[in-house]
Amino acid sequence: MANSTTSASANRPEGAERLSEERREAMRGEPPFVEAPTDDTRLVRALKEAGVTAGLVAVLTLFFFFFRTDIAVGGLNLTVDPKSWIIAVGIAFAGRFLLTYFVFAGERPTIGGWKKVAAASARWPIGKVLGITLLLIALTLPFLLMTLLPGQDRYLLDLSILILTYVMLGWGLNIVVGLAGLLDLGYVAFYAVGAYSFALLATNFDLGFWICLPMAGLFAALWGVMLGFPVLRLRGDYLAIVTLAFGEIIRVVLLNWYDFTGGPNGILGIPKPTLFGLEFSRGEGSFSDFFGLEYSSIQRFVFLYYIILALALLTNFVTMRMRKLPVGRAWEALREDEIACRSLGINTVNVKLTAFATGAMFGGFAGSFFATRQGFISPESFTFIESAIILAIVVLGGLGSQLGVVIASVVMIGGIELLRNLTGLQAIFGAGFDPTQYRMLIFGLAMVLIMVWKPRGLVSTRTPSAIYKEKKTIGADLVAQGEGH
Amino acid sequence: MEYFLQQLINGVTLGSIYGLIAIGYTMVYGIIGMINFAHGEIFMIGSFIALAVFLALAAIGITFLPLVLLLMVVVAMICTAAWGWTIERVAYRPLRGSFRLAPLITAIGMSIFLQNFVQVTQGARVKPLPPQIQGGITLMDSPSGIVVQISWIQIIIILMTVVLMAGFSLLISKTSLGRQQRACEQDRKMASLLGVNVDRTISLTFVMGAGLAAVAGMMFLLYYGVIDFYIGFIAGVKAFTAAVLGGIGSLPGAMLGGLAIGLIETFWSGYFSVEYKDVAAFSILAIVLIFMPSGLLGRPEVEKV
Repeated sequence: MANSTTSASANRPEGAERLSEERREAMRGEPPFVEAPTDDTRLVRALKEAGVTAGLVAVLTLFFFFFRTDIAVGGLNLTVDPKSWIIAVGIAFAGRFLLTYFVFAGERPTIGGWKKVAAASARWPIGKVLGITLLLIALTLPFLLMTLLPGQDRYLLDLSILILTYVMLGWGLNIVVGLAGLLDLGYVAFYAVGAYSFALLATNFDLGFWICLPMAGLFAALWGVMLGFPVLRLRGDYLAIVTLAFGEIIRVVLLNWYDFTGGPNGILGIPKPTLFGLEFSRGEGSFSDFFGLEYSSIQRFVFLYYIILALALLTNFVTMRMRKLPVGRAWEALREDEIACRSLGINTVNVKLTAFATGAMFGGFAGSFFATRQGFISPESFTFIESAIILAIVVLGGLGSQLGVVIASVVMIGGIELLRNLTGLQAIFGAGFDPTQYRMLIFGLAMVLIMVWKPRGLVSTRTPSAIYKEKKTIGADLVAQGEGH
Repeated sequence: MEYFLQQLINGVTLGSIYGLIAIGYTMVYGIIGMINFAHGEIFMIGSFIALAVFLALAAIGITFLPLVLLLMVVVAMICTAAWGWTIERVAYRPLRGSFRLAPLITAIGMSIFLQNFVQVTQGARVKPLPPQIQGGITLMDSPSGIVVQISWIQIIIILMTVVLMAGFSLLISKTSLGRQQRACEQDRKMASLLGVNVDRTISLTFVMGAGLAAVAGMMFLLYYGVIDFYIGFIAGVKAFTAAVLGGIGSLPGAMLGGLAIGLIETFWSGYFSVEYKDVAAFSILAIVLIFMPSGLLGRPEVEKV
């Protein structure tokens, strides 16, 4: 026995080979690696997972529900609230348990299922029908509201104006991000430039809305070129952070340049738009006087509504036509592959700059509409969160999809506004419950959930602009999106 | 000269805090190529947890300062790391392998959610904490009346940053976890074929980034003494700027970028105007990127056709 071991060690190889031999030796006795058999029943497994989740939630919320810091006389005061903490942990436990036990009950597949990508051509008419229906509703909305919901018409009309402003901004940004694939996190800068150019022109030179509107658009486009020029060489996330930086720079300058912009006080007394010189007010020479109608403040809202609807439709129309022009084709080609573009002789500098300028121009139009609607602007309205909301609308709707922007704006902006009205929930959560507090909380959560549920956006099909033989839509997965070249 | 030295010390302190946050950005970017916009909020959460721990310890009568600070760091790091892990699990992992903008949008959504979560649960008002560590070393006492002083808290911040940076560089370069992280950074698919648990490595990256952000948050609380639910945004943007400036994906770059942004801000406020310090930092960023499109220490991206 001793003899055999010595001879075996004498036969062993040297160096690295010996090392691997030894390793193989050592592993010979071990059983092959298999997953430990789980005898757990569904109940036990669900309980286990629920316990883990509850433990995690307990750690996460310990310092936010259990402890609460409040300002008291002579410093900070710590209040302890174990009740809400235990409730949160309990909800997490119960929720996870029910999910695991009833929803995830089946065995999980080890390999993800196949996904259908390009079989969406059958759904083409739905999008078209939906688009036309939405357009018809949009065109008749003020009258629908006035007849169907006369009590709330002003509020709902105001909300529709807000939604349409975001639709327009979304469509404008869609040109830059969705078509040209340039990730712009500072779109609100152009919105701000439009709003301030209109406000300054109107208050300093006494110009009307209709003269200022194109000028504000031109200024914004000029800024688009100016800001676009230095970032031409940047790609991807570098481009994103520099556009974000430009957005912040413009806001800080607006905030601190007191003599010119009024600083944090903003600009007051921005004139309202007129219809061929007819003002929407009481008295001589007003709209109601001219047409012999009875004055009602809703007339001004209806007028504003149609202005923003026209502006938004203009944005959409221009985008759709641009996609058929060489420059629009070049945008999409640039999004797909910049190197191929350059090889084919496309001037990428001009293509990028036109995308920035066109997007910025529509942002500027929307900005001057915002200024005239509010009658007052301040740098507060142009923070990064606005850029983030606009980008979220574009991406949640489905990058490059015009209909998607509309759906996402209605869902996100409209849904958030409706939360203000859920005062009925006070009956459940007590009188101290303030639904407006939870508005942005739910907005953020909705962004996460929608994106996880549909990463390519709510509208998951695209219409290619170049058609070979037959016209059909394709799955969104086939389109390169906002890689930021 | 004295004024310059004092500004230099202040700038380095601020830069250390930015650098610590920037590491979280740059590691996440390096490993999965996404901007973790919620990282600034993680920093904010870290400072809130540190504040709550401080008050809880004071309430049960522990006032021995070194012990208090140690417990603050440890608890804040653990709880914030749990937040980092959860955010990755909930908002980013389901979207891995999806297109680039999807995790960016969930990150912005998470950021909005966390800000408002803290606002709802802890209130919107600012939380002042009286300075806990006072005094310092007087370096220079010139006849003109300008005193150059480095306070204890500044020393703690700079030392802590240096120690954490050194430990972290060792972790990345020497340990098996660091090797796995570098492998995932280079080629995730290949790493998983070679037996690296990619999901676990990415989760740990988030956990470590969140831990460092928690330290930064606690030091921010001790240094400035005022926090609110909104501090995460501006600090996050600055730190991300620092990461990009240094060359995103590079750890020394993040630290260098952090120092650069801190110094630019401090000197600009010291010599020109406080109002435009953000403009100065962002303009330097834009100028550097125009001439060096991949940052100070970043590797240039070579695009293969």
